[in-house]
Amino acid sequence: MSKNITFVQGNEACALGAMYAGLDFYAGYPITPSTEIAETLALTMPAAGKKFIQMEDEISSMCAIIGASLTGNKVMTATSGPGFSLMQEALGYAVMAEIPCVVANVQRGGPSTGNPTHVSQGDVNQARWGTHGDHSIVALSASNHQDVFRMTVEAFNIAETYRTPVILLFDEVIGHMREKLIIPQEEEIPRVARLRTSLKEGVNYHPYLPREDGRLPMSDFGDVHRFNVTGLYHDMWGFPTDKPDVVQELLRHQVDKIENNVHKMTFYKSYFLEDASVVLISYGSSARSALSVVKQRRNRGESIGLLELNTIWPFPAELVRECTQNAELVAVVEMNVGQLTQSVKLAVGSSKRVHLINRVDGQMINDKDIKKILRILQGRGI
Amino acid sequence: MEITRYRIIFSGSGGQGLVSAAIILAEAAVLHENLEAVQSQSYGAAARGGATRADVIIADGPINMPKITQPSILICMTQEAYTKFSPLIRPGGLLISDKKFVKTTRRVDARQIELPLYQTVVSEIGNAVVLNICVLGALIGMRGIVKKSSVEQVLADKFPPAFMAGNQMALDIGFEMGFEYAQ
Repeated sequence: MSKNITFVQGNEACALGAMYAGLDFYAGYPITPSTEIAETLALTMPAAGKKFIQMEDEISSMCAIIGASLTGNKVMTATSGPGFSLMQEALGYAVMAEIPCVVANVQRGGPSTGNPTHVSQGDVNQARWGTHGDHSIVALSASNHQDVFRMTVEAFNIAETYRTPVILLFDEVIGHMREKLIIPQEEEIPRVARLRTSLKEGVNYHPYLPREDGRLPMSDFGDVHRFNVTGLYHDMWGFPTDKPDVVQELLRHQVDKIENNVHKMTFYKSYFLEDASVVLISYGSSARSALSVVKQRRNRGESIGLLELNTIWPFPAELVRECTQNAELVAVVEMNVGQLTQSVKLAVGSSKRVHLINRVDGQMINDKDIKKILRILQGRGI
Repeated sequence: MEITRYRIIFSGSGGQGLVSAAIILAEAAVLHENLEAVQSQSYGAAARGGATRADVIIADGPINMPKITQPSILICMTQEAYTKFSPLIRPGGLLISDKKFVKTTRRVDARQIELPLYQTVVSEIGNAVVLNICVLGALIGMRGIVKKSSVEQVLADKFPPAFMAGNQMALDIGFEMGFEYAQ
């Protein structure tokens, strides 16, 4: 038996991925179905000399990781829908102040306390627009534990590279189920370190003056440089301003740094798409059922394929357009009332070709559910 | 080896250790036999007194669907679990229940085997806490699925040495009882 083979819950895979990525500081408030992320980190982090804090609620958790990130730490929190709602204000602060952080949302049924122990993918658009104001955001997903681990590491990499919050949109099925995870070797997945300024003490440091490549080197808050951090629109020193040109430039910078780099942060998997006249698009645990259907139907000779999106936001519209251009029928498989289907329709252009295959009763959508709706969409009846 | 996909549901009430039994079985398959396994369980109210279930799928290839709709093997350790889950069983499947806890009332299209697991564990070991390991022993004695030595390895790695003797006895007792029904 190899030491690197483990049999774990998806939540544990996320925690292990975060440790691999170099997580220094975790603050959180436990909530089903994400609790095992905190549980695992509460065991592993102190033993590794890292800080784990259980906070009094979710907004304080979010604020704590923002503070810790500013002082030079790789940070994370984890929650589910109700807690994610409470985090939105501080999440917007992290967007505005450009503070790298990772937020795992293991989705359950909502709104409100909803359906705590059951699966849903109802927070897809909350991840995109939950905090107010024009902004862009990154959200990643996964359908198996190897990808949960990988996407968690990538979330930290993207957070550090682009100085942005990154959301991990998992779901109850993935979070709770156990399956095999092979822990990658030390250097197998590249890890992005914090980009720090090379400016010495006594030299003026501009926290919000992008380098030529657009990146903003950081200086550990409380170390040698003094600077201001605010949720207000700010100038290159970090001080509040309402000058129209500065406001517009900052807003554009914050949106463009993500939207102009969609291809660099798009992770996906494609199955049998080359000749597919029916294209399923899915993510998270729904993608497991979609893949099962594709394999069954392929065995019968049908030209059907699957595009599994690991990157949900920024939405990889170009990829979706390319993968669906020859498809007669496009069906989005998700456990909500069609949250990503809207974006797929926009990307495909002709919305008549795009359909929703869903389930919203707290039960995981299974292969039979998908096949039933697919038959109707194909005009073959029940 | 015959290519098989086992879909197993352990059902009973919270506290009987059936989730643990399911995890140990899956770990034996993945960590020691190079098989694939997916395990999931009921959460919330169901796990706190009602009929609880833990699902394990074991296969020698990728497993996409983590939930079981039709178990090929169903283990029932309470009457409530038997009533609730026995209609799910795959035709021609195997249903194992405990003689003390379950009266097999309905006819299902499955091989029904009633074993005095609880009674034997209490009389021979004197501690019902290892009942779940006895259940696991009976299952692999009857159907193989994984080698007994793989389960022993998981038990040795997972629990403090002080518990090994009790677990080993429970596993052996269950295995022997199950082996009588091996096909």
